[in-house]
Amino acid sequence: MANLGSTNKANKLSGKVAIVGVADTEVGVLPDRTPMELCVEAALKAIGDAGLKKSDIDGILTCNSMVQPLMYHAEAMAEYLQIFPRYCMAVGAGGGTTFTAIHHAASAIATGMADVIVISMADTMRSGLSREQALKVQASTGHPEFEQPYGPTVPAYYALIAQAHMAEFGTTQEQLAAIAVSTRQHAALNPAAQMRDLITVEDVLASRMIADPLHLLDCSLVSDGGSAIVMCSAERAADLPHDPVYILGAGEGHSHEHISAARSLTTSAAKEAGERAYNMSGLKPSDMDFAQLYDCFTPTVLVELEDLGFCAKGEGGAFVDSGALAPGGSLPVNTHGGLLSHSHPGNPGSMFALTESVWQLRHTAGERQIPNARHGLVHAQGGIMSSHTALVLSREVS
Amino acid sequence: MNAPEIAKILPPDTLLSRPFWEGCRQQELRLQHCADCHQFQFYPRIVCSHCDGSDLSWRKVTGKGRVASFTIVRRGISRAYEAPYIVALIDLDEGPRMMSSVVGTEPETVTIGDIVEVQFNQWGEDYLMPVFQKLEQI
Repeated sequence: MANLGSTNKANKLSGKVAIVGVADTEVGVLPDRTPMELCVEAALKAIGDAGLKKSDIDGILTCNSMVQPLMYHAEAMAEYLQIFPRYCMAVGAGGGTTFTAIHHAASAIATGMADVIVISMADTMRSGLSREQALKVQASTGHPEFEQPYGPTVPAYYALIAQAHMAEFGTTQEQLAAIAVSTRQHAALNPAAQMRDLITVEDVLASRMIADPLHLLDCSLVSDGGSAIVMCSAERAADLPHDPVYILGAGEGHSHEHISAARSLTTSAAKEAGERAYNMSGLKPSDMDFAQLYDCFTPTVLVELEDLGFCAKGEGGAFVDSGALAPGGSLPVNTHGGLLSHSHPGNPGSMFALTESVWQLRHTAGERQIPNARHGLVHAQGGIMSSHTALVLSREVS
Repeated sequence: MNAPEIAKILPPDTLLSRPFWEGCRQQELRLQHCADCHQFQFYPRIVCSHCDGSDLSWRKVTGKGRVASFTIVRRGISRAYEAPYIVALIDLDEGPRMMSSVVGTEPETVTIGDIVEVQFNQWGEDYLMPVFQKLEQI
């Protein structure tokens, strides 16, 4: 029986830490920028947004860049910025890196390892990868001995999950396509998104098949860009300019690395991650005003909707059909446009879901603002539905 | 530099799994079997993933299984992999699941649940890879 964590009253983390500064760089195609430049730019903007100075920062978390890999990435950024932190680490968990890093940063602040942490991530997967690097990235996900030789591509791994869900629950390609469509509707409201032209289910189904049943428009973008946040204690946050966004719940779940060794193809460790985060927060799925769910491919959203408790297992397709995910729906999903339509620069991808969540909870999201948003769930996963972190964020401290 | 792109990806050589690849060269699929809990496991490990036992030995298995899931890759990973080709997860009759391919049939005719049997295809100069073909449904 999995340990699903303590409830709100017993834990030391819920409501103790807040996000006080956020910033994204421009995203899309940025051929003249290096990952480090974008990482530094995002960090400086987020520190400024928090109303803080570089000298206030004593903790740095980054993720490595695939385009410009560095042995000591976080230290290199600290050096570039001439910050001399007492807490400094580059985290690596693929797409799950982002919120795993936030979970660690929150713990570090709660335990006194650092007072003010900047988390900055950037990469230039669109413009910066050589062909050899691109092939290496494609091939590096699978088991080197027992998966990679068969030539699985990244879409192929996720297609295995989609096919299994379709066979087990009768999910359709149209339902997967509808996720791409509603995500694009959100992106159309976001001037920063890379792809903003509305698409239809027919457009998705007519786009090139990449790995059955995934069409091109079921797949996320490849982008350049960076994003950063600043975190500190809830007490300190009260003195800073913006409404703090509190971390009420955080939970992780890790079930496998290789898809051939997954416990299940259709139920992921997002289930444990979500239950742990909800338990810590004292809130439940129906309390969430929005959800930002990892959408490298459309089927991940379907599985995550189920595993994170927004609908029953197997009913993800029907939930999508209800229109819940779209702007104005009962559970707007990926309100910035997600990895499918906003941007996907690789490991930093979910940072943009986080900065968007902060803007939604500050009530500064402009045309795409969800009225009176109080609580939101953000989720990211890395590997092939392997490594999951869910966070419950709120504009209220308890 | 084109060489890495036109060659198929080969498994790295490890002492632990050498009996597996040697079995493939002899046209037999071998799995590790645990003397303590009598279960099979894949991929090979230094301990039994079911009971943590370490008394593991290699056994020839039937090579029969079912397609647990599959996809038709339309855009191959490199020029060495001519699309369309199938990447599949096979549930072996002995229990373990492995990634493989289904060959010898039009990709569109494969479905989840298909009964399949192993065969061995040449992979580079030194390796035979286990792949699967559909068996006539009874």
